[in-house]
Amino acid sequence: MKFIDADAPPADLTLANDADLEAASADLGGIASIALAFPKWTDGRAYSQARLLRVRHGFRGEIRATGEVLVDMLPLLARTGFDAVALRIGEDRATAERALAFFPQGHYQGDLVEPRPLFVRVAA
Amino acid sequence: MYRYNDFDRRFVHQRAAQFRDQLERHLAGALGEEEFRPLRLQNGWYVQRHAPMLRVAVPYGELSSTQLRALARIAREFDAKAGGPYEGRGGGFGHFTTRQNCQFNWIALDDAADVMDVLADADMHGIQTSGNCIRNITSDCFAGVAADEIVDPRPYCEILRQWSTLHPEFAFLPRKFKIAVNGASDDRAATAWHDIGLTLMKNADGEVGFEVRVGGGMGRTPIVGTVVRDFLPWREILVFIEAVVRVYNRYGRRDNIYKARIKILVKAEGQKFIDAVETEFRNMLERDVDGLAHLLSDADLARVSAGFTALPDGVAAVDIAHEVTAAPCSRPAAYVRWLERNVHPHKLAGYRAVTLSLKRAGQPPGDASAEQMDLAAELADRFSAGELRVSHDQNLVLPWVRANELSALWQAAREDGFATPNIGYLTDMIACPGGDLCALANARSIPIAAAITGRFDDLDELHDIGDIDLHISGCINSCGHHHSGHIGILGVDKDGMEWYQVSLGGADGTLLSGASVAGKVIGPSFAADEVPDVIEAVIDTYRAERSGSAERFITTVRRVGLDPFKAAANAVRRSTAVHA
Repeated sequence: MKFIDADAPPADLTLANDADLEAASADLGGIASIALAFPKWTDGRAYSQARLLRVRHGFRGEIRATGEVLVDMLPLLARTGFDAVALRIGEDRATAERALAFFPQGHYQGDLVEPRPLFVRVAA
Repeated sequence: MYRYNDFDRRFVHQRAAQFRDQLERHLAGALGEEEFRPLRLQNGWYVQRHAPMLRVAVPYGELSSTQLRALARIAREFDAKAGGPYEGRGGGFGHFTTRQNCQFNWIALDDAADVMDVLADADMHGIQTSGNCIRNITSDCFAGVAADEIVDPRPYCEILRQWSTLHPEFAFLPRKFKIAVNGASDDRAATAWHDIGLTLMKNADGEVGFEVRVGGGMGRTPIVGTVVRDFLPWREILVFIEAVVRVYNRYGRRDNIYKARIKILVKAEGQKFIDAVETEFRNMLERDVDGLAHLLSDADLARVSAGFTALPDGVAAVDIAHEVTAAPCSRPAAYVRWLERNVHPHKLAGYRAVTLSLKRAGQPPGDASAEQMDLAAELADRFSAGELRVSHDQNLVLPWVRANELSALWQAAREDGFATPNIGYLTDMIACPGGDLCALANARSIPIAAAITGRFDDLDELHDIGDIDLHISGCINSCGHHHSGHIGILGVDKDGMEWYQVSLGGADGTLLSGASVAGKVIGPSFAADEVPDVIEAVIDTYRAERSGSAERFITTVRRVGLDPFKAAANAVRRSTAVHA
């Protein structure tokens, strides 16, 4: 996970969390980074957007979490396809990194870190 | 039942460690209450009227005797513990809920991480028992043993448990999301009242699939779920449900908490919602990288099913001829009544499922003390291969009882206070904890339940009244499912006083109750001290109006309509007579 400073330049494209991805993804040529928004950290729409940008629209550039981004969101962000975060001012980076390490054996369902769900992994 | 493997065990310990980190940051002041709140909720920790409340998950209601003893230990050692902030508050008990979970009301937040460790040691947790996420999956309390079962829902429940547990995309939905799965001809899981209700069935070719309902729910807008698929092949269940939840995550309302459940979206959009789900489902399978990863194979199902299809140690079908059936005249009347009410048919020859009633005078519905939980665990070890179930009706069930041990079980259960032969009767009521404990409640439920239990303490009378669902909620959030009660009681607040609305004719979708429907309110609210009289008047009206002793309450209500019941209820008003 890349940590973006508050004064870093904005992403090439910023999408609201109710943006229509089918329309937005029609022209992603030349776009290296997309910022997805968490207007409130408890509004989880951007998790779905990030996942779909990766698995459906084939976007391989940077997907950046912006807005009210708290350290405890990090595991969810990483697992839905975000690879960059602009933490809310005052959030502690060391805590954020620790938050990523609590489940070293992975999770049950497939995600962007490990696409195979556990039931497929144990069968392999 | 499902037994944890090493992955599951490490997982709940890792979750407990993650929660401890969050709790410690909160207690140290580094994580504010607003930001800690959703995190603790997703681990089952509320902060209630007087103290924190912990809701422990009992996935699809299955519980081992070891796990029940762990719950007893938590009640004994942590609930209103000596030296803690809630000492002397009358703790030391658990409360079993309509969603098959177990709640504790008097545990200090400082102890929360230690409690999660105790739970993890017993393969338990509070993951997603609260919060705006996919909640604990519920099912038929007789799943896997019911005589009328078509498909055992438990392997599918377990697959859904795993899929929904810490799903990264769906931890912050617009609102909570509840899934129920039923696999028997009778619906004992109230599937139509859930955000997603799944009914397992076999088609003409013997293939297994689900009828999928979406958008059921109670609260201030009771809505019965809409069938969006008549028959979804079982292999596609995870993909289809993911499509439903993703559409909800995108389009569900976030501007108004009262309109945020998926039922509002389904009602508002109708066919457009179903079309969006079907489009999303096709896109997942046809366009997404790894879109097929969550389709289930025969091998996947077989692996999960293995833990369920294997009978517990010591359980094997018995030749029916060996069953001991004493002549009726030699059996005490109380035992005969217990056999009729608390003993249920079983799919395995020579076995029965037995309900341990948690509905008795002197204790709120669904409550069990630490000592009672230990006693129930002991009964499970002696008579039921160490397994129990929590029922939607807030009782405990022993799923593996040998028919020839029923008499011994009855005697032991009677000594322990679990043998009240009232299952399905008026006093086998559903009730939420209400205003005594819950911060949301407008009114108390427990004294109302106690007053009705006291009024109807004659078993012959209860027997004469017969099967009836009485459901009590302390507020419109409907944890006590008042909408689906044949008689529903809802606590409301007016001018800082407690009042109770009474409704009739609700149904939870069982064969007895008929198709799921919300009851109708019979008039302005009643005062608390009028409620037992109102219930008695309603019951007396039923007994006067019924076509015969075989006609059940719900049938009479539907046949004769509400008017005679309203008249009888209004006639017993005292303090509310002026505004009636």
